[in-house]
Amino acid sequence: MKELFNTLSKQFELTDYQSKRDNQAFVTATSSQLVSLLTHLRDIHGYTHLVMVTCVDWLEDGKFQVTYLLHNYATKTDLGIFVFIPRDNPVMDSMHHLWEQARVYQRELHEMFGIDFPGSPGVYKPMILEGWQGPPPMRRDFDTKVYCEDTYSNRERQHKEPEQYMKEQLYPED
Amino acid sequence: MSIAFKVFWAFISLGVVTVWGLTLNGMVHKIFARVQGRLGPPVWQPFIDIIKNNAKRTAITHGIMFYLGPVFRIAGGIGTYMFIPVLFGSAYFSNFSLSGDVLLVMYFIFFGQLGMALGAGEGGHPYSAIAVSRGLAQMTAFEVPFALSVISLVAQYGTLNITEIVAAQQGGFLRWTLFTNPLAVITAMISMLGMNMYNPFSVVIAPQEIPIGPPTEYHSSFLGMLATNRGIFAGAKLVLFMNLFFGGATNLLILMLKTFWIYMFSVFVGAAYPRFRTEDSIRFFLTYPTILGIISVLLFSF
Amino acid sequence: MKDDDIKNDSNLTVEVSQTPIADYPDWRKDDKSLTNAGLSEEEQDWFCDARPQPAKKSWQIMENFFNWARSNSLWILAFGTGCGAIELRPLVTARYDISRLGMQPRPTPRQASVFMIGGYVSIKTLKRIVRSYEQMQGPKFVVAVCSCAINGGMYWDSYNTVKRIDEYIPVDVYVTGCMPRPEAVLAGFSKLKELIKAGKAEGQNLYAEKFDWYKENQKSVIKDWNMPDYNW
Ligand code: SF4
Repeated sequence: MKELFNTLSKQFELTDYQSKRDNQAFVTATSSQLVSLLTHLRDIHGYTHLVMVTCVDWLEDGKFQVTYLLHNYATKTDLGIFVFIPRDNPVMDSMHHLWEQARVYQRELHEMFGIDFPGSPGVYKPMILEGWQGPPPMRRDFDTKVYCEDTYSNRERQHKEPEQYMKEQLYPED
Repeated sequence: MSIAFKVFWAFISLGVVTVWGLTLNGMVHKIFARVQGRLGPPVWQPFIDIIKNNAKRTAITHGIMFYLGPVFRIAGGIGTYMFIPVLFGSAYFSNFSLSGDVLLVMYFIFFGQLGMALGAGEGGHPYSAIAVSRGLAQMTAFEVPFALSVISLVAQYGTLNITEIVAAQQGGFLRWTLFTNPLAVITAMISMLGMNMYNPFSVVIAPQEIPIGPPTEYHSSFLGMLATNRGIFAGAKLVLFMNLFFGGATNLLILMLKTFWIYMFSVFVGAAYPRFRTEDSIRFFLTYPTILGIISVLLFSF
Repeated sequence: MKDDDIKNDSNLTVEVSQTPIADYPDWRKDDKSLTNAGLSEEEQDWFCDARPQPAKKSWQIMENFFNWARSNSLWILAFGTGCGAIELRPLVTARYDISRLGMQPRPTPRQASVFMIGGYVSIKTLKRIVRSYEQMQGPKFVVAVCSCAINGGMYWDSYNTVKRIDEYIPVDVYVTGCMPRPEAVLAGFSKLKELIKAGKAEGQNLYAEKFDWYKENQKSVIKDWNMPDYNW
């Protein structure tokens, strides 16, 4: 994996190589080079399988970390690529032309984190949150509890001692 | 015998066959359940279902044809039944049997499905449309061997009257068509598998693909009507088969025994086999049973 | 297991919704027609704008007979809304076999009489639930399975699941548990049968009477209301 990183570093700005296992490593790339890096990996280095695209919200640093996880069937290795983008007005290049299924991930990221992928088909269509009007719910500054209490009504809690309660239910006459 | 007397007894026998047909349906559910290791619904469950469906408080319609679908279906069922003599030699249970009733009955068996096709099409549900086209295709296919086997009977007995066909089979079970013309009976029994729509020919209701099939949009008393018709139509078909191939019946007890076992044939096959695909089912009907039917026709026409 | 065993096994607690009818505010408009405002212009003619009306009952003796038939022929709308719907599958197998009680799963809402809500209800599902519920023909009953349907369960602070179903459609029987055992679901159905036989399961009429209150609640959580106000 290290050799791969060294080869790739000659062409791309890659930093921060982290090896998690023998067959798994993560590198950090810049968002402008991402699509060409993915194309390169897919077509030349055999990383033909897009495992997933996901996102981590680094609220304190003001950054989103978008993770692309690739798999190589020939060498049985996984390569993760981190891309850090600014948290306000996050835009990424769409890579749905490389893997058709990527547009579903991109749609989900747009819905859950508000990351824009211009050009990705159907990216603005709601996927799970039909008619959602609040901020993207997976951002860490979105307070689920407050939103939930404002929107959905609560059923009042009844506290009952289980032992006592079952006794009353089962043997009412005692 | 006055016509009023005839009509009166025809309706009584209609009631009898409805109850018997629904009970048979209940038994079939029970048998399927036992084959699958379950206890199964009670035998009278179809009656409860019909009462419940008719007791529904609301119903909606999708247009005139939607109303007429179940009406055509039940008219097809009653029509089929009305021209079949039920008990041989009985003045009360002979319905409106007339010379040439074989042709009329064969027409009426088709009639209900066609009406249902129109009505279910109006419902607008895609599953209904798929099921109706499958049903009509399959029906056309199994009509071929069935018609061939009836033609063979007509050639054998030289008559188009069911009563005369039954009369010719009297005097010991060896004179039943089952033994005098076995090829025709085999052909007809195979096409009955398609008619009853149990596995392997359940392409119309196909529970795993197009659940329920044509009546997808039917509810409330429409569904109650269709369920009643299941009883009537099953009864009518069984009585027809009993008359044509198994020597008819002279009293109700024999009728029940014979129809039960004729029905059980398709139920046992249904419990044991998986389902055909539509095109396989059609191909099947147009090959082996058709060939058998042609042979039986040829045997008796020369 | 016999019917009676299930009924007597009171460890399987069943909670019945008991919101008194008088507490609901009456929102009824004067002109009694629905606007169907969520639909586009040309779609509005496709749907009926009549409000649901409380259905009339027949004579008590007939009604008792019908209720007996209804309780013995419960057709379930198999709509797996949450993880609790898994418990519906064992019910039709040889071990629990609901068909001996006259129940069967039905694939279309038109023919079903019991709506089984199997667990958490997200907003997207709630839309489908409301549509399916309204397409069922009355009298119709609702059994809500799982804690999530009662008070939110483990989704009590989720951004996308409603916490009480009975604010959106009338519920007859709740079955608690995460997830409830099939025995508990069966006990719930026995309870429903008792309610029907006693003539207490009138969710359809409740829905028609408090229609505006239910619609208000539904529209408060379904933000993109792009369906007719009442689906026939
Ligand atoms: S109560 Fe538990 S099993 Fe039921 S829907 Fe909620 S999380 Fe799932």
